[in-house]
Amino acid sequence: MSASRTPPAESAGLRPLPPFSHRHLLGIEGLSAQDIQTLLDHSDRYVDLNRAVEKKQSSLRGRTIINLFFENSTRTRTSFELAGKRLGGDVINMSVATSSVKKGETLIDTAITLNAMHPDLLVVRHQDSGAVALLAQKVGCSVINGGDGSHEHPTQALLDALTIRRRKGRLEGLSVAICGDILHSRVARSNIHLLNTMGARVRLIAPPTLLPAFAERLGVEVYHDMRKGLTDVDIVMMLRLQMERFHGSFVPSTREYFHFYGLDHEKLAFAKPDALIMHPGPMNRGIEIDTEVADDIHRSVIHEQVEMGVAVRMACLELLAQHKPNWRHSTPAGA
Amino acid sequence: MARRRKLYTNARLLDPASGLDVKGALLTEGDRIVDLGPKLSSGGFAGDVEQIDCQGHCLAPGLIDMHVWLREPGAEHQETLATGARAAAAGGVTTMVAMPNTEPTIDEVALVEFVARRAGDTAVVRILPAAAVTRGTRGEELTELGLLAQAGAVAFTEGDKPIASPRLMRRALSYATTFDLLIMQHCEDPSLAKGGVMNEGEIAARLGLAGIPAMAEVILLERDVRLLEATQGRLHASHLSTADSLDVVRRAKQRGLRLTAGAAPHNFALNELDVGDYRTFAKVKPPLRVETDRKAVVDAIADGTIDVISSAHAPQDPESKRLPFAQAEFGMIGLETLLPLTLELYHNGSVPLLRLLACLTCNPARLLKLDTGRLAPGAPADLLIFDVDTPWRVDEKKFRSKAKNSPYDGRRVQGHALRTVVGGETVFQRKRES
Repeated sequence: MSASRTPPAESAGLRPLPPFSHRHLLGIEGLSAQDIQTLLDHSDRYVDLNRAVEKKQSSLRGRTIINLFFENSTRTRTSFELAGKRLGGDVINMSVATSSVKKGETLIDTAITLNAMHPDLLVVRHQDSGAVALLAQKVGCSVINGGDGSHEHPTQALLDALTIRRRKGRLEGLSVAICGDILHSRVARSNIHLLNTMGARVRLIAPPTLLPAFAERLGVEVYHDMRKGLTDVDIVMMLRLQMERFHGSFVPSTREYFHFYGLDHEKLAFAKPDALIMHPGPMNRGIEIDTEVADDIHRSVIHEQVEMGVAVRMACLELLAQHKPNWRHSTPAGA
Repeated sequence: MARRRKLYTNARLLDPASGLDVKGALLTEGDRIVDLGPKLSSGGFAGDVEQIDCQGHCLAPGLIDMHVWLREPGAEHQETLATGARAAAAGGVTTMVAMPNTEPTIDEVALVEFVARRAGDTAVVRILPAAAVTRGTRGEELTELGLLAQAGAVAFTEGDKPIASPRLMRRALSYATTFDLLIMQHCEDPSLAKGGVMNEGEIAARLGLAGIPAMAEVILLERDVRLLEATQGRLHASHLSTADSLDVVRRAKQRGLRLTAGAAPHNFALNELDVGDYRTFAKVKPPLRVETDRKAVVDAIADGTIDVISSAHAPQDPESKRLPFAQAEFGMIGLETLLPLTLELYHNGSVPLLRLLACLTCNPARLLKLDTGRLAPGAPADLLIFDVDTPWRVDEKKFRSKAKNSPYDGRRVQGHALRTVVGGETVFQRKRES
């Protein structure tokens, strides 16, 4: 395999690719404001492409992208699959529904096996925090974290940022409330890093049982009261509440949760009049969000987030694919 | 046949039991110490005396490690009594207590006898079995504590499993008073710690890992102190890691309760930052805590709140550690780094040398009712000659232990064992290059 192949910059008449110095995209933590801006700027150009009738490009032609999902996620997987295909790459989906450990094969075995097939990009989702980084140490290609445990989900944060930036024209100086199950949320962690890096102010709103210990040390303001927390914010980001949290006594009941932490028009009225409503989906209507609010076409940008997701993933795949193709025994790179 | 006599000359004699720290010599005959002191000289002995020149290095009682997991029987691919003993000898440990968490659990007389016999046959250092407090460490029925003690069990513990039921703990402490047996507890409330994989705090929040709160330790300890007071038993909190629980120990000791406390090197040599980017070698119980807790452990060693330092040697094979952090097993090896890591506290001026050695020799001996752990005429000739100063770098390739799961690989340390003597016989001697 040739080591000098770079994506044809002239394809579709686009500008040359901007420099992006990271080999993997394992998280938002560690990215600079410049890195994030590069990713967002590059994503912007794909939004128009995705809205056109002819959606196909060829910058990833000949590249193999493997979507390796240890945890089910139709939405994220489909988004990555579309992103890869629209750039002309060959996309393979692999679902490892049950834990690989139970089948006697470790994550590292899986990584080494897949690596022998010379993929150029791996998109990995895993139920354990840190698992994607561990896998990245063992392969020669670029790895994108498609969500690891309660740790990070970088492309979700990027698509949220892109959605906000296109609507508000900026990220700096905005006040963003992230509400709900912060403790178990990789979406929240990635968003906190991104928004802090880009100069937005982050508030976390949740009952104490759904907040990590020392949450305020993440550079955020912590609220337990929705009305206080939402006062004058520009963005309301709701998080999905998993049903199993009710069995773990994190919250007593769905009814109580919705009463105090579910987003409805009454609580939303405390936010700025033009505040955007966001949700990473899929939504639990009537638990964390009221249907009327979720479907409010003036405020809710939930569907736009899904749209931006494809553009962001195209940008990430393309920027990482600039790097050298898979050398099986190349030294592991942390960043 | 005359019993062989050996004279260790030119030594810095260190005996924490008597507070001795002088230049001198030590004479052994057979497996016993005969005499020692500054005035003992090489002349004037009838018959053969083998002379061993210590070249001015320290001569102390061999180390006693109260908390070691050896994986025999059941998981010999991780460690055996023989390989663990070789590692111990290289680390200066002459006696170690083997945790009962093997497969099967050491909860019957025959199994205690098996470990003792097998250790006698294969191990170069003394291995004393600890037995489970409850059958299968299931926390339901007491084992035959008295018979197990008669068979050779020196202490009773569930290893890294806490005795969760207060009712059972009360009975164990109470029944053990009949024979004055030592119960050793891993202080961690299982309900509060459930699912946790590292210290609960800022780092866990950043890494997205489930936390083990510091209060899980102190809550169980407080409960046990109450039970200890009611039963007047003898309890050893195996390894403590938080400032709060050390305060509990201080207060309990002031009230005259027979509570003793231990610490493992990782809780004074590392803190939660060492988990870094999901380093599974730093996944241990109790977890690496915050810096203020680490300092509190150092202070507690200095002021005597902590009686015992033990390695908590827990060998794991790569398949148990090369996993995502949440799935990896707990534990790190420690026999060969126990002495240098402990000496760090001496080198950085935190704790005097004799105090540290007391935690490794006479204090564990007293708790386990052993006649080793001191330099005295008549005591067993279990000795350690060590260099207190020489700097070196920990290298996992040189570990004698079968397992290599040490987070200290590459760490710069000072001091190591030069010669380890068990019952008068040298079982380890460091070659010059290592």
